Amino acid sequence: MGSAPEGMTISVSPTDPAALREQNLLRRVQAGQKGYFYELIKPYQRRVYSAALSILRNEAEAEDAAQEAFLKALTHIQQFRAEARFSTWLIQIAVNEALMRKRKAHAEIMEPIGEREEEDGSYAPRDFADWREIPSESLERKEIRSKLAGAVAALAEKYRQVFVLRDVQHMSIEETAEALGISQASVKTRLLRARLMLRDMLAPGLGSPWFGRLPFEKGSKPW
Amino acid sequence: MVVNCEHVWREVSNYLEGEVDAGLRVAMEIHFAQCKHCTAVLDGARNVVQLYGDDRLFELPVGFGRRLQRRLAEESDSSWFAGLHSFWMLAVAAVALIAGAVVLGNSSVFAHPDSRSRLAQPAYKIPPELKVVVSSDGKLFHVPNCRYLHNKVGESPETMTASQAMREGYAPCPRCLRQYLTATVQCPRPASHTEPSVVQADAHTRVAPRHVLRDALPTQQKLPL
Repeated sequence: MGSAPEGMTISVSPTDPAALREQNLLRRVQAGQKGYFYELIKPYQRRVYSAALSILRNEAEAEDAAQEAFLKALTHIQQFRAEARFSTWLIQIAVNEALMRKRKAHAEIMEPIGEREEEDGSYAPRDFADWREIPSESLERKEIRSKLAGAVAALAEKYRQVFVLRDVQHMSIEETAEALGISQASVKTRLLRARLMLRDMLAPGLGSPWFGRLPFEKGSKPW
Repeated sequence: MVVNCEHVWREVSNYLEGEVDAGLRVAMEIHFAQCKHCTAVLDGARNVVQLYGDDRLFELPVGFGRRLQRRLAEESDSSWFAGLHSFWMLAVAAVALIAGAVVLGNSSVFAHPDSRSRLAQPAYKIPPELKVVVSSDGKLFHVPNCRYLHNKVGESPETMTASQAMREGYAPCPRCLRQYLTATVQCPRPASHTEPSVVQADAHTRVAPRHVLRDALPTQQKLPL
């Protein structure tokens, strides 16, 4: 079962209004006022869901795993220690829950990109298209978000997990290693490869209207 | 320090994390200034980190929050029901224990061992030094001038105190000592009668008519009048 991790070592700024509100809600829930739990976890729904989605790659499964993670968090709320970040604790529960479901199913229907590649840190970029400008405004477009999500979903699981926890969930290298039960060196290696593989997939789209010709969409890989 | 492209590719992620030492950082920056490909790799990797770090990227499915709230509520309800279930189990167990105690208390095993009459009603606040009369073959004790005393105490009436009579298993006479009886007697209400069906046999309530008291009891258990 996805267990609730014990406390971690990151402290929360007592002067941050959002952190103070969270601490207040947390105290109420830990005191038995469970009606406040949804308010407590509401800001983290998206992050917990995306963490589960990064592992399960199925929206329905990810939603169910996220719900289960929240229920487990509620059940084990007394185990949460204040020196940890609540969001990190929640995401770790979600990761554990998703990994458990993944192990149960252990069905990798299609082998994702990079699954068989060696994990020695050497990765040669396959495309050197210039990508200097960040089209942040393009994230307002659903199709762009969908393609970015598709690109990360195409990564091998071990790279996708690390990338999502570190670059999407903003967990530290140490927290990512702890959540996945791997070394920090492995996190760094996988993170490098994930970032470069995503760059290879996405950068070529800059030459024409953004993402208008993503190679993996046409069935041909860019490497 | 001089670095080549492969070295830069290996360290580009750490460079973005700010986890390379000063010497390597300077060497990489010199290389980026000279290598268009590595600059493209650096820019692309930085853009990946920035784009995927944007909260707008991953949207929750429509209705996610509502479904989560519903599931949390269902879980709370089931927990409450489980608690309620436990509460009722405890209540049922308590009732069973009390009922068992009452049954055992009323059984002959636990009946007063010295009681001479199964129908005797306990006395209440009877003066312990009150002089009463008993007979060796009787079950009741009476005041000496009880009108129902004749032929009830045999040939050798014995006088003693009420406390001693009770210790020997005698019960108070429901006629002459009725003010000291505390128990009630369930009586069936005659079809044409308007008397109450429950008659309290103490001094503060009216006494059931004689026929009511007698009719309420099995034939073999008639009050010894």
